Amino acid sequence: MSQTKLSTQSLNLHFGDKHVLKGINIEIPANKVTALIGPSGCGKSTLLRSFNRMHDLTPEAYIEGKLLLEQLDLYDKKNTVTDIRKRIGMVFQKPNPLPKSIFDNLAYGLKLHKTPKKEIPDMVTKALQESYLWEEVKDELQKPAVQLSGGQQQRLCIARAVVLRPEVILMDEPCSALDPISTKKVEELILSLKDDYTVVIVTHNMQQAQRIADYVAFMYLGEVIEFDECEKIFHQPQHELTRNYIEGTFG
Amino acid sequence: MSRSRETKDWIFRLIFKATGLLTIALLVGIFLMLISNSIAFFFDVSLIDFLGGKQWSPDKGGGVYGILPLLASTGLVTLGSMVIAIPLGILTAAYLAEFAPSRLQAILKPLIEVLASIPSVAIGFLGIVLVGPAISNVFGTLSGLNALNGSILLAVMALPTIISVSEDAINAIPKSYREASLALGANQWATLFRVTLPAALPGLIAAVMLGLGRALGETMTVLMATGNAAAMPTSFLDSVRTITATIAIEMGEVPFQTTHYFALFAIAAVLFIITLGINLLGEYLANRLRKYHA
Ligand SMILES: Nc1ncnc2c1ncn2[C@@H]1O[C@H](COP(=O)(O)OP(=O)(O)O)[C@@H](O)[C@H]1O
Ligand SMILES: [Mg+2]
Repeated sequence: MSQTKLSTQSLNLHFGDKHVLKGINIEIPANKVTALIGPSGCGKSTLLRSFNRMHDLTPEAYIEGKLLLEQLDLYDKKNTVTDIRKRIGMVFQKPNPLPKSIFDNLAYGLKLHKTPKKEIPDMVTKALQESYLWEEVKDELQKPAVQLSGGQQQRLCIARAVVLRPEVILMDEPCSALDPISTKKVEELILSLKDDYTVVIVTHNMQQAQRIADYVAFMYLGEVIEFDECEKIFHQPQHELTRNYIEGTFG
Repeated sequence: MSRSRETKDWIFRLIFKATGLLTIALLVGIFLMLISNSIAFFFDVSLIDFLGGKQWSPDKGGGVYGILPLLASTGLVTLGSMVIAIPLGILTAAYLAEFAPSRLQAILKPLIEVLASIPSVAIGFLGIVLVGPAISNVFGTLSGLNALNGSILLAVMALPTIISVSEDAINAIPKSYREASLALGANQWATLFRVTLPAALPGLIAAVMLGLGRALGETMTVLMATGNAAAMPTSFLDSVRTITATIAIEMGEVPFQTTHYFALFAIAAVLFIITLGINLLGEYLANRLRKYHA
């Protein structure tokens, strides 16, 4: 197993008096695609969003335990959330381009993090190329991003994360709003990203998990039941619950 | 069954169409009434003397009817009120929508509605007994009844409209925009000023237009608080007389269908055209911005 990029130690998360994540210990390897699977409501999104501290704005969210980016304690008061989010990017379930032009969607994050102005165009171009979007949009960078198709919007959102050169990219069911062809393109993109990034992806699609994931964590009722190589999870699951879930969703 | 439903559909469509047409008819009717009464005025006074004249003295000789001092007064008072009310209104709305704890929200929102329901005469009194003396104290002027006073009061009157319409506009911005911005490492302030407010801009423009309309058309408050000197103002500390105040003051004493009488319709028509123009401009700007939204 390669070096660990993200990890949790006895992570517990409550929304008010609702105990949503229960004693989670997981070590997510660097430069791999790790998929989180499990039935709806089991806490996949909640776990994913705790890595980039998206629960900070939810007053009733209460977190115990440790989350680490390599050695960095993500919830230590010393570490500012804006810096953490620069290192850990996120792509959401529904494509959410900002109401700006294609170019400005990517430039926005760069400006936030004080990138010198004259470097921005080249960085935008590079990120769009790496996200396989460049050929489709190079002549209309000033077009409003909302005029792109859903699949293009989602690749734009990935490019928007990539342009900041994060270490980790979190994705919450990034293909669930896309058609099969767009889904295929996004999957190819994800596979190409793992050379440079650690990808954690929530998916409810078992075929997709098998196509793209190196490691899979099966979650059930707020716990990580089983975490292993993709091959093992799908062909020799150690746990009864895992097997039932995988067979159930196939049958 | 489906027959009767179709009939119902048809009837409702007719009702909605009729109410829509009624609004248009009212607008056109008011405009025609103003114009037709203004025409007689231009038999006596040339358009150039009217629009370019720096003196408004209906009682002098045959009467001098230059609209500029009134226009400048209206412009000055309104401009001042917007300089105060736009930033204050939008920031208050942003605070209420994005940051205020729900308990504070529950107190502030009804208060703002109460502010909207205060009659303009009462606000005028406020200008005379409170704002006026304060201004003459601070600036050492003899009287505090001037353009600045009017601006402050009009700002107070425009604020509730601007706040509540802006707040609706901000609340209508999808949460996904904020999440996108925050996930890129923006703090809450950057998210507000660079994403949420720009996204809400069409609605914010509408809010400002409504507030502006309120300020431009307000009569009683400015009549009580601005000193009513129909001279070209040179600063915010000069007494001024807006178009609306002029009409309200002079309409009561003017003999029916004289040049002076028609002159008041002419200045009302000018105000109407300005208001209409501003609203059309606002609508145009808002539409241009909307193309960035899904
Ligand atoms: N902000 C919140 N407040 C309260 N409960 C929440 C909140 N967000 C999620 N939950 C609850 O936490 C549980 C896990 O949700 P989630 O992580 O979204 O599940 P998944 O992504 O696996 O479908 C669900 O029961 C959900 O209702
Ligand atoms: Mg989810």
